Amino acid sequence: MTGPANGRAQRIGDVILALEGVSLAFGGVKALNGVSFDVREHEVRAIIGPNGAGKSSMLNVINGVYHPQEGTIRYLGREYHDMDPHEVALSGIARTFQSLALFKGMSVLENIMSGRNLKMRSNILLQALGIGPALREEIEHRAVVEGIIDFLEIQAYRKTQVGRLPYGLQKRVDLARALAMEPRILLLDEPMAGMNLEEKQDMCRFILDVNDHYGTTIVLIEHDMSVVMDISDRVVVLDYGKKIGDGTPDEVRANQAVIDAYLGVSH
Amino acid sequence: MKKNWPVLLLGAVLLIGLVLPLATGASAPGFYIEVLLGGLMAGVLYSLVALGFALIFKASGVFNFAQGAMVLFAALAVARLGEQMPLWAAIPLGMAIMVALAWLIERLVLRPLVNQEAIALFMATLGVTFFLDGFGQTVWGSDIYSIELGIAKEPVMVLQSVFQGGILVNKEDFFAAVVAAALVAGLALFFQMTPTGRALRAVADDHQAAQSIGIPLNRMWVIVWSVAGIVALVAGVIWGAKLGVQFSLSQVALKALPVVILGGFTSITGAIVGGLIIGVGEKMAEVFLGPILVKAFDLAGGGIENWFAYVLALLFLLVRPEGLFGEKHIDRV
Amino acid sequence: MFYRENGQFKSTYASDQQMLPILQDRLFMAGVLVFAFGAVPLLASDYLFLSLLIPFLILTLAAIGLNLVVGYCGQISLGHAAFMAVGAYAAYNLVLRVPQLNFLVVLVLAGLIAAAVGLVFGIPSLRIKGLYLGVATLAAQFFMDWLFARVKWFTNYAHSGSVQTAPVDLFGWIVDTPVEKYLFLLAVLIVFTLIAKNLVRSHIGREWMAIRDMDVAAEVIGIRPVYAKLTAFAVSSFYVGVAGALWGFVHLGSWEPLAFSLTLSLNLLFMIIIGGMGSLLGSYFGAAFIVALPILLNQVPAWLGVPISTAMTSHLEFMIFGALIVFFLIVEPHGLARLWAIGKEKLRLWPFPH
Repeated sequence: MTGPANGRAQRIGDVILALEGVSLAFGGVKALNGVSFDVREHEVRAIIGPNGAGKSSMLNVINGVYHPQEGTIRYLGREYHDMDPHEVALSGIARTFQSLALFKGMSVLENIMSGRNLKMRSNILLQALGIGPALREEIEHRAVVEGIIDFLEIQAYRKTQVGRLPYGLQKRVDLARALAMEPRILLLDEPMAGMNLEEKQDMCRFILDVNDHYGTTIVLIEHDMSVVMDISDRVVVLDYGKKIGDGTPDEVRANQAVIDAYLGVSH
Repeated sequence: MKKNWPVLLLGAVLLIGLVLPLATGASAPGFYIEVLLGGLMAGVLYSLVALGFALIFKASGVFNFAQGAMVLFAALAVARLGEQMPLWAAIPLGMAIMVALAWLIERLVLRPLVNQEAIALFMATLGVTFFLDGFGQTVWGSDIYSIELGIAKEPVMVLQSVFQGGILVNKEDFFAAVVAAALVAGLALFFQMTPTGRALRAVADDHQAAQSIGIPLNRMWVIVWSVAGIVALVAGVIWGAKLGVQFSLSQVALKALPVVILGGFTSITGAIVGGLIIGVGEKMAEVFLGPILVKAFDLAGGGIENWFAYVLALLFLLVRPEGLFGEKHIDRV
Repeated sequence: MFYRENGQFKSTYASDQQMLPILQDRLFMAGVLVFAFGAVPLLASDYLFLSLLIPFLILTLAAIGLNLVVGYCGQISLGHAAFMAVGAYAAYNLVLRVPQLNFLVVLVLAGLIAAAVGLVFGIPSLRIKGLYLGVATLAAQFFMDWLFARVKWFTNYAHSGSVQTAPVDLFGWIVDTPVEKYLFLLAVLIVFTLIAKNLVRSHIGREWMAIRDMDVAAEVIGIRPVYAKLTAFAVSSFYVGVAGALWGFVHLGSWEPLAFSLTLSLNLLFMIIIGGMGSLLGSYFGAAFIVALPILLNQVPAWLGVPISTAMTSHLEFMIFGALIVFFLIVEPHGLARLWAIGKEKLRLWPFPH
C-alpha cells in the first residue's frame, strides 16, 4: 500500500509552519544551507536524506535549540529565528530525540507527567501544602496522562524507572511525554531507530492514530523507506544541508537527484 | 563587538579603581608601587596553583578541588624531609611522592569513576581533599614548619633615585616570579610541541574519541596529575618558604578558583593573567579600598582580601562566563 | 511475605498518590513517630540529647535543604553554611529589635531573608551550566564570613564579635531543657519534611529533577531552566536559613561568626553524598552519620584501650570522610538511602529466598 488513505488527504489544512532560507553553521561546518519548506496542518511530513544531511539540525532549529544564522521560521503567523526552546514548547511544538532524552532519575509516570508541566499553574505554596487546588490539578493531569499511557499500551510499566526499560518501551515513553504536551506539531526524530519489525508496526500505528485522533501535525525523520512511503503525505529530502527534493512520496521516489544522493553518485 | 561591552565596562571600572589612588594623590607613588608589586607577587603564586587546576581540567575534564590540599601536602613533605636532608634532595623526593600520589589517585579514584558525570568527579576530588588534609597531617604533622630556600629574607631597597624613599622589593618574591615564569614557559612548550601534550589535549576534548584512536587514557591521566602535583609542589615550596607551611595553606589555595574563572578553565595563559589580576586586585582592594569601607560603614577591621577575589570572579561570570581566554563550549544535541 | 502490597488496591488517583501507599510502611512510620515522641524523651539522657539528637535534628533540616538544590535539582553549592549564618543572624536581629514577634514568625522571616540573599548570589550564576554556581556559593561563604565579623550592626556592637541568645519563648513555653528542645525541633523537622515531600512530588519537583537529569530535554518540554533552578535555590536557602536560626538559638545559644564556616558547608555536602542525593530519607541518614562519627571516633579508641589525641581524632575524621565520599561515589552513588531501599526490596521476599 502506498500513499495515505483518502480520508486523511481531505483533512489536510493550510500551511502552519514554514522555514525560509534557513542556514545553520557550527564554526566552519555548514549544517544547513538555505533550506525552505513548509508543513501543512494535520499532515504527516517526512524528512529524509543520507546521514549527516542535516535532518536533526533541522528539527533543532524548529525547536529553538539551535538558532540559525540566516533565515526565519514562520509559525502560526509569527516569524522567529531565536526563540528559546521552552517558548517554542509553550507555543505548541513538541519533539522526541533520536538518542532518547528521558529523565533517567524518574519513573515512566513521572516522565510523562513532566510533559504536562507547561499546563500546570498552581503556585509553590499550594504545592508545598499538598492540598486543595494543587492536589486537584495533579489528579486532573494524572487522568490525562493515564489516557496516554492506555493509548500507548505501557500501563504495566508506569511506576518503573525509565532507565530499566528496554529500548523500544523507552521510545514509547519519549513519545508519550511529547504527547502529554498536547502539541499542534509533533517533531519525531527517528522514532523507529533500532526497532524490530513488530515494534515498527506498533509505532507506525501509534503515529497514525495520533494524527487521526488528535489531528496533530507530524514531522518525522526516518530512514526506513517503506515506512516513509507508507505513512507520509509529503516528503522533504535533504543532502549536505541542502533541499534536493520536496513532494509526495511517489514524486520524490522518482526524483533523479534523490536517487543519486542515496546511491552516492557525486553531484 | 556588541556583546563585548559589559566586559569592557567591567574592565574600565577596574582600571579606574586601579589608577585612582595614584591619580588622586591619596598615596605616595613609591608606596603604590610597593603594593602593586606585592599584589603581582601574590598573583604569581595564585597563578601557580591555578595552573594545576587548569592542567587537570584541560586534560581530564575534572575540576580538581584537591589542588590546594596537594599544595599543602607537597609543602609538608618537602618541609619535613628537608629536616632530614638537604633541600636539593628533599625536593626531588617530594616530586617522586607527588607522582606516586598521582598514580594512586588515578587508580583508586579516577578509573572507577571514568564514566560518571563531572559533578560526581568533582565531589570525588572533594573527598580526596579531605583525605589528603587528614593524611598529610597524620604523616607529616600539624605544626607550622619552615622551608629554608637560602635566599635572604630581608627586603631590598631599590630605585631610590626615582622614587623618594625607594621601593622595598623582596628577593624571595622575585625568585618566585622567575621560577613561575620558567615553569609556565616549560608547560606551554610541553603542550604545544610534544606528542604527549597533544595527546593530552585530545583527551581533554573527548575521552572516548581519544581512546578510540589508541591514546592510553589512564597513563595520560597519571601524567597530567603528576605534572599538576609537581606544579603544586613548586607552589607549595615557594609559598611555604614565604608564609610557613601550615594548614591554612590549603584554604588560601582555594583562591585559585576565582583565578580560573577569570582566566578560563582550560587556558594556561588565562591562569597566569587571571592570577595576576586577582593578586593585584586583592592587594589594592585591601590596602586602598579597605580603609574607605571601614570608615564608611564603621567596620571592625579590614579583611577584604578574603572575599574580593570571589566577588570579582562573580562579576566576571556575569559578563563573560567562559573567562578571558576560555573557549566557548558548543553543545551539539 | 509480610511486606507486600497484595490486596492493597488503589481505586482513585488520590489514594495512589498518597505518601505511604503501602500499609506496612504506614504502620512502620506510625511506630517510628510513637517511639520518637513517646519513648525517646523518657529513655534518653541529657548527654544524648545535647550532643547527638539535637544537632542531628537541625542538621537533617539543613541537609534536606541542601539536598533539594544539589540532589533534586543537580546544582552544586559549596557555601551553604553562609545561608545558615544569614538565618541565624537574621533571627538574632529580629528577636533583638522586634521582640514582640512570635518565634515561629521569626523563624519563617529568617528563612525568607536567607532565601532572598541566596537569590542574590544565585541569579548571576544559575544562567550558566557547570560548576560556576559552586564558585558563587563559595563567594557567598567568604563574604558572609567577613560581613558578620566586620559589620558591627549585625552583632549589636558586641566587643568580642559573638552573640548570645536567650532560650526560645514559644507562646509562654520556655524551651530550655534538653527534652523540650528535642521535642520542639522534632516537630519543626517533621513539618518541614512533609513540605519538602510535597514539593518533590508535585510539578515543581519534577521540574527540578528534569533539569538535573537532562536540561536540554527539560527546556524542550516547556520548562524554564533558570526559573526551576532559582526556585530550588530559594527553597533550599529558606530551609537552610531556618536551620541556621535553630542552630544558633536552640543548639549553640551563643556563637561567633566562624561557627558557620566552610567546614560546615562541606560537612553538609558530605551528609547528602553519604546519605543519598535526591532522597529525603538520605538526608536523615547522612546527618545521623556525620553527627555520630566524631563521637564514635572519640569513644571507640578509649574502649579498645588505644589512646588517640584529639588532634589525631580530627585528622582521622577527615580521612574517613574523604575515603567514604570516594567509596560511596564509586560503589553506591545514591548513598545509604539506596542501601535502605535495597533492603526493603529484599524484605518483600523474606522469609523466602526468591
